[in-house]
Amino acid sequence: MAAHVELRDVVKHFPVSRTLGEILSGARPAVRALDGVSFDVGEGDAVAIVGESGCGKTTLGRLMLKLTEPTGGAITFAGAPLAELAGERLRDFRRQAQLVFQNPFDALNPRFTIYRAVAEPLHNAGIDKAEHADRVAQAFRRVHLADLDRYLDRYPHQLSGGQLQRVVLARALVLAPRFLVADEPVSMLDVSVRAGILALMREVRDAMGLTAVYISHDLALVRYLCERTLVMYLGRIVEDGPTEEIVRHPKHPYTRALVAAVPVPDADQPRAPLPIKGNVPDARELPSGCHFRDRCPHAMPRCAEEAPALRPVAGGHSVACHLEA
Amino acid sequence: MMLEVEDLQVHYRTKDGVARVVDGACFAVPEGRIVGLVGESGCGKTTAVRAIMGVLAENGWRAGGRIAFKGQALDQAATKPLLWREMAYVPQSAMNSLDPVYTVGAQLVEVLTKRGNASRNAARARAAELFDLVGLHARRLTDYPHQFSGGMRQRAAIAMALALEPSLLLADEPVTALDVIVQRQILDMLRELQQRLRLSMVLVTHDISVVAYLCNEVVVMYAGQVVESGPVRDVLARPRHPYTMGLRNAFPDLMSDALELVPIHGSPPDLRETLTGCRFEPRCPFAQAACTTSPAMLGGGTGNRHVSACRRDGEADSLRQAALDPSTWQRTSSFAMS
Amino acid sequence: MAERLEAAPRALRPGRRVAIVALLRRLAAMPLRDPFAFAGLLIYALFVLVAIFADQLAPVPPLEILFTGTGKLAANVPPGTEFPLGTTNLGRDIYAQLVHGSRSALAVGLSAAIVVSSVGTIVGLVAGYFGGGVDSLLMRIADMALSLPFLPFVIVLTGFLGASTTNIVLAVALLLWPNSARVIRSQVLTLRERAYVEAARVTGASRWRILFVHIAPNIMPLSFVYAAIAIGWAIITEASVSFLGFGDSTSVSWGYMLQDAFSSQALSRGQYAWFVPPGLCIILVVVAGFFISRGYEEVFMPRLRGR
Repeated sequence: MAAHVELRDVVKHFPVSRTLGEILSGARPAVRALDGVSFDVGEGDAVAIVGESGCGKTTLGRLMLKLTEPTGGAITFAGAPLAELAGERLRDFRRQAQLVFQNPFDALNPRFTIYRAVAEPLHNAGIDKAEHADRVAQAFRRVHLADLDRYLDRYPHQLSGGQLQRVVLARALVLAPRFLVADEPVSMLDVSVRAGILALMREVRDAMGLTAVYISHDLALVRYLCERTLVMYLGRIVEDGPTEEIVRHPKHPYTRALVAAVPVPDADQPRAPLPIKGNVPDARELPSGCHFRDRCPHAMPRCAEEAPALRPVAGGHSVACHLEA
Repeated sequence: MMLEVEDLQVHYRTKDGVARVVDGACFAVPEGRIVGLVGESGCGKTTAVRAIMGVLAENGWRAGGRIAFKGQALDQAATKPLLWREMAYVPQSAMNSLDPVYTVGAQLVEVLTKRGNASRNAARARAAELFDLVGLHARRLTDYPHQFSGGMRQRAAIAMALALEPSLLLADEPVTALDVIVQRQILDMLRELQQRLRLSMVLVTHDISVVAYLCNEVVVMYAGQVVESGPVRDVLARPRHPYTMGLRNAFPDLMSDALELVPIHGSPPDLRETLTGCRFEPRCPFAQAACTTSPAMLGGGTGNRHVSACRRDGEADSLRQAALDPSTWQRTSSFAMS
Repeated sequence: MAERLEAAPRALRPGRRVAIVALLRRLAAMPLRDPFAFAGLLIYALFVLVAIFADQLAPVPPLEILFTGTGKLAANVPPGTEFPLGTTNLGRDIYAQLVHGSRSALAVGLSAAIVVSSVGTIVGLVAGYFGGGVDSLLMRIADMALSLPFLPFVIVLTGFLGASTTNIVLAVALLLWPNSARVIRSQVLTLRERAYVEAARVTGASRWRILFVHIAPNIMPLSFVYAAIAIGWAIITEASVSFLGFGDSTSVSWGYMLQDAFSSQALSRGQYAWFVPPGLCIILVVVAGFFISRGYEEVFMPRLRGR
């Protein structure tokens, strides 16, 4: 079946301000937020993109929603290249692809009532006003916000974090999209509230058959949501596979370090030293070849010369590492 | 006992009345141990620590209770001289509180000379020592904060707190804003500090995994009160208070086989209202009639230090079993959605 | 399900009405909480009334030269029952001048405020939101306007175009708009990055909709603040220009009175009743403007409200 979302060699550079010397020499330093990313998301899949800050996952999310343009490469949605979308076709895309934000307290205009905030996408899509009430009600039902009357006239500052995030989700669903990107949807919520929102997202995805991409730094959390996980490091995908596989049998040295570093609520958890050296390098001066090589305990000369490509290995996994070649 | 807190009350004056943000908190920090103070937003953990340090906001004050440091009672005025010397405080996002116009080394030296009365040379030597202690290269003393990464800035903030060799370190969410690998490195560093310096610590966090990794004892707070406390292994493996049980279920565990997270429905009470009875009662699946009227007392167990503020503490084992079943927590969904 | 559907439409109308009513209530209630703003509003109200009823309050034309009963020039008459503030050295009623001067002050202040805040807001919004070449162009123009020395420019412009009140207002507006434009622009830059603005983009809002519906309402408070500041500046500028003798000599303003008093050496003669009242009035109006703007800052920007 045709993939729903396809990315091919996507590259995104952010130019940085240049010193005089650089201007004169014609150099154009840039932060290479994404350095050649390719993967497919099938229709109805739930994929997690996991990585630490600076790995490019947020940028990737924004590119997939055409909130920014790639410097290179191509992204396709349901067969249509995003770069070619304009006018009516772009509006159509906007109806089908939505975003759930990280900060529920900021994702809603503080001057809008809840009703107005959730109805806004309907306005923008040119849907007849008579239908608004119905569709808003439907969206609220989906997110289990009982007692509509209580919320519709309220303002964001009157709601709790969990309620706000449900409203944000309702707004994202009101146009019945096909594709949903969630950027750290629960990281700013209290722990006891997160579980509820995660369960809701799972339920909504199943009920509506959405294709979902979850962006998170929390590997422990994505296990509950996604069957497939992509691990990113400094603008590249280093590992791609079933979430359980990645957690139980990580193949890439970075993933191994990541999995070992996550603490668990067990007082007897292992406390061995992490198999990783040093700190994240400056994004403007990435190591040649494999970006991870200066922190990797298994670095070989080959790693400096050649960037490893993402290759399938046993277990339904793909890994970008020369060790696995 | 390095620190003893008994029935601490901290109130805040707000536009809509007095909020009893900490309302009867009791816990203790033995010498050389790391105590985790854990709870969700609004439970009072940050306020409790600020009250101990004597750095409450203008509209807050200690309304009651007893705080004793090394056996000596502390009141507002007495804590000032202790600041930076015996007790040190690393506030939330301390890494963002470094002054951007001075080098990190200069800020460290300033602490040592102004508060520690050291000579400049002695201060510089000590600054290098401190950097070494927290895992930073001494040559980075001449760097500015913006040249440091988030993790390095947090290490620097901890170095500043340790400058005058305090016996007690109070750290508020020291690793929350950091990436997971850096977080682990900082936690390892804190453990090393505990071992090398016999440093006692209070670690405030909302993350029980961090507590499990680093702390020896844990104090669980809810709505301004301590609901459970004890050795970390005991409390996490055999929780006795329904809130702790619920928290365990709501926390993702990378290594567990369970693929279900169970939320606790409802939300914490408004601390501006007068509250009678147990504060967790509206959200508790095991609540009984008596729970609404008489307050739960922190008690339980003879000799052992694992205590819980639940009237049904005696039935803790059977309640725990029931708590493992997700359907137990569905019964409270008649209350307001969280 | 039926009751749910009925619930939703009812909510839409109260929603918007509720919001406007709440805002009006807050606007009306603010002075009661902030004594300075209250005082400011009273002062403004007073001067507005004086300006409106100037003819009734001071029937004598301010520029009319008056004579005493004996036919002599009623010059420098000390304050008394006939002339509450006395007369100038040319026999003009100072009180009448003061009263009629309020019209000029308010006209200058308000018109300058309107122009400055409109131009500044529009430029700030456009530059901040669209960025790029438009931003650079507008900000460079603003820079040029800012680098002009204030009073000399006003004087030169009125020299070219003629010394009328309108031209003074024009000159003031031309020089003051960059300040508000720059601040509004930076506010827009911040707002542009807020999650709800991004949310509006994702849900398909057009750029203009985002600008007017999401960003502009959050900018309005700043516009008002700068409008209030502009009133003060305009009045003082007009007074300064008049004082220096370049002002409009066909209408009486407080600045004109000060200039007149100065050139007739009222200070050395101790004729305080001539120059103290207009100076005091200028101060009062300007300060009142600041108090009001500060008070309303809190209404529009909830973060400043005591929490």
